[in-house]
Amino acid sequence: MNNIFINYSLFILFLPLVAFVVLIFTGKRLPRQGDWVAVSAVLFTLVLSSAMFVAMLLDYNPDFSQQSGFTWMDLGAFKIEFGILVDNITIIMLLVVALISSCSHIFSLKYMEGDIRYSRYYAYLGLFTFSMNGIVLANNLISMYMSWELVGLSSYLLIAHWFEKDSAADAGKKAFLTNRVGDIGFFIGIMLIYSSIGSFLFSDVFAGVAAGKITGITLTLAGIGIFLGAMGKSSQFPLHIWLPDAMEGPTPVSALMHAATMVAAGVYMTIRLFPLFTPDALLVIAYVGGFTAIFAASIAITQNDIKKVLAYSTVSQLGYMILAVGTGVYTAAFFHLVTHAMFKANLFYGSGSVIHAMHHALHEKHDHETDPQDMRNMGGLKAKMPITYWSMLVSTLAIAGVPLFSGFLSKDAILAGTLAFAQHQPEHFLLPVFGFGAAAMTAFYMFRLIFMTFHGEHQMPELINDIHESPKEMTGPLVLLASLSVFVFYTLPNFNPISDHGWFTDLVVPRTAVVPGSMTAHEIADYAHHAHGLAMSLSIAVIVLGIALSVLIYFKKVFSAETWASKLGFLYDWSLNKFYFDENYNRFLYQPFLNLSKKVAWLDWEIYDRYFINGFAWVIEWYSRVTGKFDYDGIDQGLVDGIGRIVGATGHNLRKIQTGRLQNYLLYVVAGIIVMIIVQAF
Amino acid sequence: MEHILSWLVWLPIIGMVVITVIPRSQEDIIKKVAAFFTGVQLLFSILLWKNFDSANGSMQFMERAEWIPSFNISYILGVDGLSLPMVILTSLLCFIGVFVSWNITKAVKGYFALYLLLDTGLIGVFLALDFFLFYIFWEVVLLPMYFLIGMWGGPQREYAAIKFFLYTLFGSVLMLVGIIGLYFTCGKTFDILLLMETAPDALKNELWWGMSAIKVIWVLLFIGFAIKVPIFPFHTWLPLAHVEAPTAISVILAGVLLKLGVYGILRINYGLMPDAVWWFAGSLAFLGLINVIWGGLCALAQTDLKKLVAYSSINHMGYALLGMAAVIAAGSINGGDLKAAQAGLSGAVFQMFNHGTISAMLFILVGVIYDRAHHRDIEGFGGLANQMPIYAGITALAFFAGLGLPGLSGFISEFMCLIGAFPVFKAIVIASTIGILLNAAYFLWAFQRIFFGELNEKYSDLPEINRLELFTLIPLAVITLFFGIYPRPYLDLIKATMDVIIENVVFVANFASM
Repeated sequence: MNNIFINYSLFILFLPLVAFVVLIFTGKRLPRQGDWVAVSAVLFTLVLSSAMFVAMLLDYNPDFSQQSGFTWMDLGAFKIEFGILVDNITIIMLLVVALISSCSHIFSLKYMEGDIRYSRYYAYLGLFTFSMNGIVLANNLISMYMSWELVGLSSYLLIAHWFEKDSAADAGKKAFLTNRVGDIGFFIGIMLIYSSIGSFLFSDVFAGVAAGKITGITLTLAGIGIFLGAMGKSSQFPLHIWLPDAMEGPTPVSALMHAATMVAAGVYMTIRLFPLFTPDALLVIAYVGGFTAIFAASIAITQNDIKKVLAYSTVSQLGYMILAVGTGVYTAAFFHLVTHAMFKANLFYGSGSVIHAMHHALHEKHDHETDPQDMRNMGGLKAKMPITYWSMLVSTLAIAGVPLFSGFLSKDAILAGTLAFAQHQPEHFLLPVFGFGAAAMTAFYMFRLIFMTFHGEHQMPELINDIHESPKEMTGPLVLLASLSVFVFYTLPNFNPISDHGWFTDLVVPRTAVVPGSMTAHEIADYAHHAHGLAMSLSIAVIVLGIALSVLIYFKKVFSAETWASKLGFLYDWSLNKFYFDENYNRFLYQPFLNLSKKVAWLDWEIYDRYFINGFAWVIEWYSRVTGKFDYDGIDQGLVDGIGRIVGATGHNLRKIQTGRLQNYLLYVVAGIIVMIIVQAF
Repeated sequence: MEHILSWLVWLPIIGMVVITVIPRSQEDIIKKVAAFFTGVQLLFSILLWKNFDSANGSMQFMERAEWIPSFNISYILGVDGLSLPMVILTSLLCFIGVFVSWNITKAVKGYFALYLLLDTGLIGVFLALDFFLFYIFWEVVLLPMYFLIGMWGGPQREYAAIKFFLYTLFGSVLMLVGIIGLYFTCGKTFDILLLMETAPDALKNELWWGMSAIKVIWVLLFIGFAIKVPIFPFHTWLPLAHVEAPTAISVILAGVLLKLGVYGILRINYGLMPDAVWWFAGSLAFLGLINVIWGGLCALAQTDLKKLVAYSSINHMGYALLGMAAVIAAGSINGGDLKAAQAGLSGAVFQMFNHGTISAMLFILVGVIYDRAHHRDIEGFGGLANQMPIYAGITALAFFAGLGLPGLSGFISEFMCLIGAFPVFKAIVIASTIGILLNAAYFLWAFQRIFFGELNEKYSDLPEINRLELFTLIPLAVITLFFGIYPRPYLDLIKATMDVIIENVVFVANFASM
């Protein structure tokens, strides 16, 4: 059994890449444009990762870890080892990626049917899966960074899939560039670590940190640098701006990206590298995560585009996970990553199903003006699309954190950790405020989404007869993922709906940070355990509050949303316009930057080159004329005049833009040799 | 294998002679002769590579003959891990360049005769081990280049040619003074290997006009080489020359000519004046930073695609400078960090090669679109991805290679340069990481404007890239991809020589004179 995990992992890693290569080169010539190549490759990875998962459960060893690698680069002293690392976290993550990726592949069979770049689309899905698995399996910083950037590439290609639309092309570029901002931080972090420790392997890095080879502010900065990478990928404030725009990509891509292959990467990376973060770095991480959670939630409550609501919801939920990492409860962070992957993918497929139906209905009516994603044009779809409705409702209950569903357990673990953190360090009371506040808002806006989309009367009654439930390829993943939002899948062999204790917490045990002076994993767990009861009561209270408010406004319509919006005035306006982040970035960052580049180019070309460089020629020409005249009757007439003529002629040529004369050059060389001989004579 | 280096140098000249006797009207035969001779040269360089002992860091396949005994000038050729990849790159790009030039119609005979002369000059510079010979080849490059730009170039070709010529001539003159200075202070020899032994001691306590002779000669030679790299502020000939040159000549300019500068600094400045490396490394790193940022900002502002690619060369060569500066990390003052020195220097030498292949691809791609649309205005296209999908695909590969995407070769050399320079030049390296963003910004923005959006109706009948063009691009694309995934063959080839250079800088330097 020794190498089976490694071998399976290699298959899981490279099969989607093979599908990518096959489809890029032969896609259009294959039957059905080769979608079956991609689908079978990813289903095979699902089988393999399920097998690994089962083996992990049978083994039930919390300390399981295997590595294998080879020397990728060897310059003597400078060496880079590549390899893969398989432990329980890896195995769980591989399964999540394979599962969501499979769902996206199958969902797309119908959703993307007839697309002009159908085979390209499947090729890119393969590349996306490969890159993500590269991050999951990496055992060193360099191959992780490489896969990290390839995830950026895949997201660029998929977001800009419909590049005929400028908005899609812009969104792809924005995603790539925003991610690169984060990647710079990641790269600086890697350099700081490497220059102190001299290895890229995680195991060496942790050992080096534990041995005190890198300490204090350097280590904190390295940690923050690396975390900056996670902020880009996991869309943390203030690098969150790309994710909502990424909705320009096809909906199955959104599902994949929001659940398993892109935004998850940042959280996964912070979990993987958790041991090297110093307490100060963790504090930064906690605040960024906590603030992102509540900030994004406050935007989600006013959005009208169904996918935008989900996008900001993702940003907010990622904030939770980052908050959990920051407060030290990284099992909870990973737990939420997994449960969130299921229900968020489901919500996206659900929204895709709704959009597909709306689009179809609008198409029947030859209406190409109405936005099929705007919830204000929906309502009453429950009867027409029961499977979509029920599965989305289950996921909504999960994401809101209602007991019996997976999200309740994972969110509760995070909130307990945060509360415990603040109980022991009361000056950080804001962190739980962020956490619980975001929980209340989440419950509110998710039910708002459900009510606006599925309940009440349809806002465009002429469409309702043309709206149908989606085909099996689309509802299948919905049902599967909705059922995976039930708590019991994560707590087996236990059946206690209010305790997260089960296989997950047994197998993903927190490790103590290797940074000397950090809180031990045991202490953190102990504190969190004590805060558990209070956290649970509080979270149920805020969730009930959020849902009740949503019911009153959007279901019972006791209060009018419009009146409330106008009462809130600028706050509503800010939230609706996402706090004007795009506008301000554009005004204070992009435009000044572009202007700077234009100024520099102008300076380079119109000033420096035109006046300074060409000025040389002018000066030399003038000088050579003067000396030529002066030395005309001079003693060494031939030599001086010769040089003067060369320089004069060439300068003249430059100014008048005429053909250069080679004889001048040859004369110069001759002059040089004469100089040489004269010098030698001395 | 006896005289393989001489064959490599003089084969193109034989080709040139053959071309001069072919009647002017036989254009097809002239092209085939050029292809034949550059092809054979490529085979020879591959043969050389196969027989090269990569475990040996010193000179191999040496050839030595008397030339002008009264001045102690000899004909010395030799190859090591620094020059071998450059020879392979040169012969590859010269071979590909013949096919890029296939559609030249104006004075075909003259074009290919000069082209082959250029080839000899380039290979000669990389193989010459006598300083005088080196200088001759250096100047031989200049002449055909001047004519190739000035006669076969774009609308402003004459201005561009004379500017290129004067700029580099200025550098050559300084270099000549430096060479003469070395000649007279170090025992009247031009033998580079001999100078490597004698120069450090001979120059040790030499003062010229109250300044250390080492510094003076270093600066003279450095400026000569810096113009070729080009290093800011000696860079403004490059955008003009690149834009005006015909496609194949742009390929050679960017792919090989710019490498002459870096090669010269490593071979001559580093080899002969290791002390001064310590004095100058900080400035070198700083100049690298300026190249990265300035080139990147200028590229971002361009609307002419070819000029964008030209400025991207300035940006990319900046990384090589950073990597070169990293050599001093191996000194005991800097903690004897051999890892960083190896990473940086090998990264710089790798970056030379990678920039050679990537920028060659970029210029060929610009040529392809220019031949069809007759303009290069980035804003003037739009939506070409559906019209020319294969072209778009290869351009995407080249652009992503240019912006340093992992999996493509440019990433590896850039990251090695940065990681190598980091321990000694932390602030400079951190500032230069802005370049990572700039690269991505200008390439992606250009890509979007050319290929994305609705198709510009004007170009709805633009033909897809043809077989000949694909033939010139595919080898470069394969190399870029291969070294991006598995850089070891290249790095194994150069590493012994890199260690020799590092050792020279670290242990031969005696610091006393500085």
